[in-house]
Amino acid sequence: MVSAAGSFSRPPRFKPGDRVWVPARAALGHCRTPWYVRGKPGVVAAVHGSFRDPERLAYHRPGLPAQVLYKVRFRQLDVWPSYLAGQADHIEVDIYEPWLEPQP
Amino acid sequence: MHDDDDHQHHHHAGHDHAHPPAQKDHDAAPMGAYEVLEEAVRSLLIEKGILTSGEIAAAVDLMDSRSPALGAKVVARAWVDAAFKKRLIKDTRAALLELGIDIGTIAEFSTVENTPQVHNVIVCTLCSCYPKMLLGIPPAWYKSLAYRSRTVVDPRGVLAEFGVELGREVAVRVHDSTADLRYIVLPMRPKATRGWSEDQLAAIVTRDCMIGTALPTVPSRPARRAAR
Repeated sequence: MVSAAGSFSRPPRFKPGDRVWVPARAALGHCRTPWYVRGKPGVVAAVHGSFRDPERLAYHRPGLPAQVLYKVRFRQLDVWPSYLAGQADHIEVDIYEPWLEPQP
Repeated sequence: MHDDDDHQHHHHAGHDHAHPPAQKDHDAAPMGAYEVLEEAVRSLLIEKGILTSGEIAAAVDLMDSRSPALGAKVVARAWVDAAFKKRLIKDTRAALLELGIDIGTIAEFSTVENTPQVHNVIVCTLCSCYPKMLLGIPPAWYKSLAYRSRTVVDPRGVLAEFGVELGREVAVRVHDSTADLRYIVLPMRPKATRGWSEDQLAAIVTRDCMIGTALPTVPSRPARRAAR
């Protein structure tokens, strides 16, 4: 591992509480952003630190530059429009910075 | 083989049902591509002097030594020591080191705390990431497509199947470990455990409690035998 949680290779673009969304684009090759959150709005719950880029690591590259990794909280109702249970239910997903955009 | 069949037929003479096939040895099937690859890479690493067989065996032993008992010890400590609990939630790696537990460098760890308002449950939808260094080898169901897909779509339904029924006043928070962090759930300490020792407490913290698919329960006292 190149960097521990909490250390940054460059300043994070987002901070806890920021409203973000996951672009609804397709991934070319290996990607760790699940389909079910693409195009969905969320809120940054935590900034984990910088980690090697899995989209490069997967192809035997060093995974550099490292990417800032965030914990993003999504309302279940935003992710699954037919979600029937609790209104306050959430799903939290760890997402790398290139897969986050600020909410307009 | 033929003798065995005759033997079985002798036993079941007159019965008209199918026999299950004899259980095969786990390594009876021909090697798959990944097994061949693993053996080839391992042999090369040893041949080139990069690793020794002893080092590989030691790594396997280390992994085998991890079990939910380790996680239960951590939870019990957090239940009796509020300052430790705070440190565990803030920096899981450092707090575990205090207990002599080294989680290695493969992933970071994060502890998520259950409260009367929030129940946490862990899943990995992309593959089957699991806090192995604290809980050992994951159960087969954790790696199943059913658990991985249904836990994100219908967590309350999945939890109910595990026997965890949550009221609407409790928010369910699913954690999908998609990246470099492994999660462990810190369950709530049952009220009926006042005055218990750490060892007693650790005994009721099961693996599933730390995945979020169970709640710690206090065994009821054995019922008194009814008078004859």
